[in-house]
Amino acid sequence: MIDAQGVRVELAGRTVLEDVRLVVAPGELVGLIGPNGAGKTTLLRAVLGLLPVSAGRITVGGRGPRQAMGTVGYVPQRHEFAWDYPISVEKAVRSALAHRRFTASHRAVAEEALSQVDMLALRGRPIGELSGGQRQRVLVARALALRPRVLLLDEPFTGLDTPTQQALTDLLTKLRREDVAVLMTTHDLPAARQVCTRLCLLNRTVIADGPPDELTDPQVWLKAFGVPI
Amino acid sequence: MIDFLMEPWQHAFMQRALLMCLASGVVCGIVGTHVVLRGMAFIGDAVAHAVFPGVAIAFALHLNLALGGAVAGVATAVLIAVLSQNRRLKEDAVIGVFFAAAFALGIVVLSATPGYGGSLESFLFGQILGISDQDVRTVLVAGTALLAATAFLHRRLVAVALDRETARAAGHHLFALDIALYTMVTLAIVVSLQAVGNILVLALLITPAAAARLLTDRLGLMMLLAPAIAAFSAVSGLYLSYAYNLAAGGLIVLVVTVIFLLCWVFAPKHGLVRRLAMRARHV
Repeated sequence: MIDAQGVRVELAGRTVLEDVRLVVAPGELVGLIGPNGAGKTTLLRAVLGLLPVSAGRITVGGRGPRQAMGTVGYVPQRHEFAWDYPISVEKAVRSALAHRRFTASHRAVAEEALSQVDMLALRGRPIGELSGGQRQRVLVARALALRPRVLLLDEPFTGLDTPTQQALTDLLTKLRREDVAVLMTTHDLPAARQVCTRLCLLNRTVIADGPPDELTDPQVWLKAFGVPI
Repeated sequence: MIDFLMEPWQHAFMQRALLMCLASGVVCGIVGTHVVLRGMAFIGDAVAHAVFPGVAIAFALHLNLALGGAVAGVATAVLIAVLSQNRRLKEDAVIGVFFAAAFALGIVVLSATPGYGGSLESFLFGQILGISDQDVRTVLVAGTALLAATAFLHRRLVAVALDRETARAAGHHLFALDIALYTMVTLAIVVSLQAVGNILVLALLITPAAAARLLTDRLGLMMLLAPAIAAFSAVSGLYLSYAYNLAAGGLIVLVVTVIFLLCWVFAPKHGLVRRLAMRARHV
């Protein structure tokens, strides 16, 4: 579903990503691992069509990122969201569909997304009163409301307690089994090893890419995290 | 008592003023809700100042003052939106540059125009008792158009306010929506100029919405409360101005400020009293 070949991305004249090759097929859950500044979020933003690619190409479901806009589910980092906005959980989820023509089905779609993240009981609550874990689930529900075939998540596990992390793990596994292509960045290696079908070690370019059990060579980890060998 | 309260409204000039106050209050309350929630009060300030040279130039050239103000305000808003796309300069710095420059331009233009004194004063402080039927019609039409635009863009404005990046990824045109919102702010300000004047118009835009935000965590309710507070303040200020022969614009702003302070102290969930009570319970 996501196919990136030889991708280079430049930000303000600086090359952030170089010759990145990454394929995420339906039913795969790929974890993007790398140190701060490795270009993980930049890669997500390029897949979303928010950043231009200066070499190589990216396709999402066979289309260019800009053509695929509005069909890819995106879960941003929690601090990117205006939690002080006076709006209920349900309306916040429905607002994720604001770029589509309004139909009565939006209500049902939002409810379905909320029940997938087990937040239906709190649908009337103002978003400002939610805990960190509940906020993460609202962001996931907003992405799921698009009924995406491709789901991108930026640091979804950061700052979650164990039960919430487990619930998110279960949900991502369930989506993967429904043939959604999932790509997430994370710093949480134990969680990534548990949930991901593949890990992609990124530091400006792809250092290693494979199932968690096969990435046992310490050299590639040292290389990805820039530790002098 | 009823007669005493109703007496002022028998005059035609007070009826016109009443309509003007209601229209300004409703429009500013609704548009102000977006301004307060986006944290762009400073843009309202910039646009209010930017309207001034437009009015001055229109006055010097004997053109429609409101139209002149609207053109200058929108032009400044677009300029701010374009220049703040450059991330090296923060929006507030760009705004700081432009609103002072705009006001300076207005002063220079007016100083070159003979016979500006009276108009300047009514422009700066409002002229609610000296408006014509034509003024009222213009404001009602502009206000209705503005409310229609707000309703039309509502869902998109909410999506962008919640999370710009995700909204952009969903395909929303952020730049166009920013310009639309800035234009709406400009029009709300131009519509309200005659009620409260250029200097105080920001209060009608920001204060009712800020008070409403303290009262509720629901956007829909906030968008009812803010225009209600604004319209109530405008009409009460107008009434007090008639009763005590004091400046209407100033009284309107003082009334809305008192309401804001009352909300700040007594609001059910976010008020000072409630917060102190919560803290006392936790100690």
